[in-house]
Amino acid sequence: MLRLDKLTKQYKTGDLALKDIVLEIPDGQVMALIGPSGAGKSTLIRCVNRLVEPTSGKISLNDLELTTLSQGQLRKARRRMGMIFQEYALVERLTVMENVLSGRLGYVGFWRSYFRKFPQSDIDEAFRLLERVGLDHMANKRADELSGGQRQRVGICRALIQNPELLLVDEPTASLDPKTSRQIMRLIRELCHERKLSAIINIHDVLLAQMFSERIVGLQLGEIVYDGPPDGMSPDVLTQIYGEEDWEATIEKVDDEDEAENVDVSASADAESS
Amino acid sequence: MADNRTWKRPPFIKNPTLRWGIAIGGAIYLSIAMGTMDVNWSRVAAGLPRAERFIMSFFPPDFVSRAGDIADGIYESLWMTVVSTVIGIGLSIPVGLGAARNLSPRPVYLFSRGVLAISRTFPEIIIALFAVKIFSFGPFAGIIALSIGTIGFYGKLLAEDIEDMDPVQAEAVKATGSSWFQWLNYAVQPQVMPRMIGLAMYRFDINFRESAVVGIVGAGGIGATLLTSFDRYEFDSSAAILLIIIVIVMAVEYSSGFIRKWVQ
Repeated sequence: MLRLDKLTKQYKTGDLALKDIVLEIPDGQVMALIGPSGAGKSTLIRCVNRLVEPTSGKISLNDLELTTLSQGQLRKARRRMGMIFQEYALVERLTVMENVLSGRLGYVGFWRSYFRKFPQSDIDEAFRLLERVGLDHMANKRADELSGGQRQRVGICRALIQNPELLLVDEPTASLDPKTSRQIMRLIRELCHERKLSAIINIHDVLLAQMFSERIVGLQLGEIVYDGPPDGMSPDVLTQIYGEEDWEATIEKVDDEDEAENVDVSASADAESS
Repeated sequence: MADNRTWKRPPFIKNPTLRWGIAIGGAIYLSIAMGTMDVNWSRVAAGLPRAERFIMSFFPPDFVSRAGDIADGIYESLWMTVVSTVIGIGLSIPVGLGAARNLSPRPVYLFSRGVLAISRTFPEIIIALFAVKIFSFGPFAGIIALSIGTIGFYGKLLAEDIEDMDPVQAEAVKATGSSWFQWLNYAVQPQVMPRMIGLAMYRFDINFRESAVVGIVGAGGIGATLLTSFDRYEFDSSAAILLIIIVIVMAVEYSSGFIRKWVQ
């Protein structure tokens, strides 16, 4: 369970990015965080693993208070939170395998990581994860040789090999085409269910948020203006979050995801890479 | 109505008085400066045949009569270059990390930038003069001078390359719970490595050329041999030395291009 209590972030410039956010995410829940650019979505998830230092308020992950941790304790706590990024954020000149194994850096000592001598169990797990996302044959390719969808799958493996309790996902589909976006979102949701992971997914695309999450939180100017189920999205709610616009076409009947539901992700990954 | 609107690129300096003031002032200063340079054309004319004789005395280059001295000088220069490049780069890595704003706390940053500024202020030949006074003649003084020069050059470029790296890749590795050194090894090093290998080759090439220069003030290497040949008016041997320097610099240049392509 992740609990945010009166979380506030004010940047040095004076911008108040988050105002007294109170939020609870139970174990295993996949939550989408939507809102216009600058609403504070990115700040919120970066406050959780303290890539951004919160100004005030409390964040606790399974009863571990995160905001008061020392640097050393913070490193240990970060192992429990996997992060997936907008532009994949793979280290481009490292191989796919090195990128995945970098998710284990918090668990191995410096020299082991320096000589790439990871424990056999880590390597087994890395291959298992790569196989799960259909990229095990790419292990020795350099990350910058992959396509966008493939890179994001590697990013997912890197987050999952940390064996996290929580996934922080920042705009996972912002640089992907619509089909790949759906595949990636589906993969994230499936993996969360398989591993009973909770996740916060920042996402611009309201439709994707509705299709692949169990709960939607709408953020506007640093405040929560909607918190409810995906089918609770109405033109009024969207107007409240984003402002006045014709929203009728954006809101989808949630059941149309099921027709594509059982497409094998690894099969489509192979099709994409060929 | 909007048909006859004209458009001109906005001038770089908006204020017209300032713009024209700078242009005219610059032109006046340049013409005065040119006028001040006192060229004595009759001396130039007298010098030309002398220059011709001087240059002709370089030909044909004589590789043979001083072959032993030349070989010793080249070997000395080469190992001075290797040692000073390795020491200089080794020392410039901590300094360069300290001088990267996105890596280091303010006091460390200022200190490291200070070290870089000092080592960049003095050209190698000045440092070599000091080093010769302190450690007396010989290649050790040259190695000290070239190493210090390398720190200023390589440290500054390393710091700048680190400041230019992609912060998102670095953030992603930090988010895994890596330690600082792991983060350097996994996030920073891969991003700066290709360029830094290229620059190491470039610095090797500079150090070799500089080893010929610092030799002139007595800090060892081929420069000492070159100076001796000048002092003895053995210009054909000097020519041989210069040709060898050119060949070695070109060889380094060629291989550095090759290596850079290979590590990219």
